[in-house]
Amino acid sequence: MDWNAILITTVKASIGLETVVYALAAIGVNIQFGYAGLLNFGQAAFLGVAAYGMAVTVATFHLPFWLGIAIGLAATVVLAFLLGIPTLRLRADYLAIVTIAAAEIVRLVFRSVKFSSVFGGSDGRQNFSGDFFAMNPYSPGTYGIGPISFNERVTWILTVGWVLIAICCGLVYLLMKSPWGRVLKAIREDEDAVRSLGKNVFSYKMQALVLGGLVGCLGGFLFALGQASVQPDLFSTEFTFYAYTIVILGGAARVFSPVVGAAIFWVLLVFVGNTLSEAVSAGMLPSLFTVNNIGAVRFMLVGLGLMLLLIFRPQGIFGDKREIALDAR
Amino acid sequence: MHADSTTTRKAAALAAFAGLDREPGVAKPDPILVVDNVVRRFGGLTAVDVAHLEIQRGSITALIGPNGAGKTTFFNQLTGFDSADEGSWAFNGKQLKGVPAHRVARTGMVRTFQLTKALSKLTVMENMRLGAQNQRGENFFRALVPGSWRQQEDEITERAEELLERFKLNTKRDDFAGSLSGGQRKLLEMARALMVGPELVMLDEPMAGVNPALTQSLLAHVKDLREEGMTVLFVEHDMDMVRDISDWVVVMAQGAVIAEGPPDTIMSDQRVVDAYLGAHHDAPMSAEEFEEQLQEAEAELEAEIEEKA
Repeated sequence: MDWNAILITTVKASIGLETVVYALAAIGVNIQFGYAGLLNFGQAAFLGVAAYGMAVTVATFHLPFWLGIAIGLAATVVLAFLLGIPTLRLRADYLAIVTIAAAEIVRLVFRSVKFSSVFGGSDGRQNFSGDFFAMNPYSPGTYGIGPISFNERVTWILTVGWVLIAICCGLVYLLMKSPWGRVLKAIREDEDAVRSLGKNVFSYKMQALVLGGLVGCLGGFLFALGQASVQPDLFSTEFTFYAYTIVILGGAARVFSPVVGAAIFWVLLVFVGNTLSEAVSAGMLPSLFTVNNIGAVRFMLVGLGLMLLLIFRPQGIFGDKREIALDAR
Repeated sequence: MHADSTTTRKAAALAAFAGLDREPGVAKPDPILVVDNVVRRFGGLTAVDVAHLEIQRGSITALIGPNGAGKTTFFNQLTGFDSADEGSWAFNGKQLKGVPAHRVARTGMVRTFQLTKALSKLTVMENMRLGAQNQRGENFFRALVPGSWRQQEDEITERAEELLERFKLNTKRDDFAGSLSGGQRKLLEMARALMVGPELVMLDEPMAGVNPALTQSLLAHVKDLREEGMTVLFVEHDMDMVRDISDWVVVMAQGAVIAEGPPDTIMSDQRVVDAYLGAHHDAPMSAEEFEEQLQEAEAELEAEIEEKA
């Protein structure tokens, strides 16, 4: 058992690319679900259209990087309106059904053979991150403390990622302290009451959907740039469910909960995964466990851990127990 | 001093109703709300069919009727929470058919709900602040600049504190609304509605689920609304309460307004008695009547059989 290696990868995971991407996606979900009560089960689609919007613009049409970002942002807003206009007037469940279906439609269009000349089919698109890494201020080398260090490319993407997370958290903090955030939270509690007080509920729900989608789409850009590649299956429905898990783990409707939740989620996954694979190769586990099935076992164990956490701390890490008690009344 | 103003406002309201006809849809001297031919159908069922109704400004009008009379549906239509199939209604001369609920509230016609809608995970104070209109900080971009809405927020808070004190909720200021008792939630909902600054307050069963100790205080608050120059329209089942506080009573049955009148005599109106208890409730059936009903039923059956054949 190489505990040293396990420890290093685990610590790196807590601030790594996955944590950054999932934290941004979860901040978006937290705005929509945590504050406004919107069940958007298609967050993966928002990241997908943003990532593909950028990648396709640059790789397929050979247009500038910043135009790609602009198109990615625009595609996210368009998607939010497409999903929101027909469903936000209806009960919350309809948004959940429509968004989960839309996310699958988006993914299947990206991987379809018909459009493979544009989206690249199941291989996706590569060769679009050159301009982004050309802006890298870090000279080649490794950066970090001792063994916990990254090369200049990863350092650059993580820098951008954590700056974006800080900005988004600041934005959420300001908004949710304001009367705008108050309306959002009130809509989560009872939208008819909010209507009876003269607020345009539809407009606020749309604003929340667009804002949550835009924050999430930043994660989509980073995901694509960090891997220097987009593939349709990165944006499957599990992605959205992980983002929800992260929000609930951290505690819904708290500013930092998606960030801490994402870090814990990935630390758990990486730690359990690496420990298992080390144990298997050291022959410490029964023959039932093999290198091929520990991936699945890892998710089972993490799932069990999350269940225990929610049983013993249902409000999440940052949640307020009094709020959960209110639901039981 | 308070008692004086009570008597004058009440006297003024009563004077407006003096000598009015008891017919449904009778014209009032100064109506704030005028309803014409409002119809709402759910499939084959006509839930509401109100030909004409006027609500007198500055008065407390009760809307009563047996269960299923369409009172709440009618309420929902007037306030934009449900759409009417036909008809029109004007509030202060402004047509409101097809106007969404939030715009109706902005015109000054604010409602409460039969099942109280306290926003549980917001504090009592946040509930109150939400009611204020034209808040700068409710705009997305201005929300990001706290300096642009702080001052207004302070003014709103001050107004909310006055109202909370009046409704004896000031000690609960920072508690979650979800932790209040049923009666306190009713009080909070009414106080929150007042934050909107309404001209017409529409209360859907304000006494439902309120413990008797709070009833008197709630009644006093409703009377206070009239003293402040507001108009109140409320749905209620409790006749004692209706008699106590209302200036005028409108009776609905099977979707239509069947009678109007002052609270002390309305319950002896034959149409109202019939609506509540059925037309033949106290007269024993004579042999002729029995025969007649039997024949009617037979004729109906025959007609049905013929239709099928």
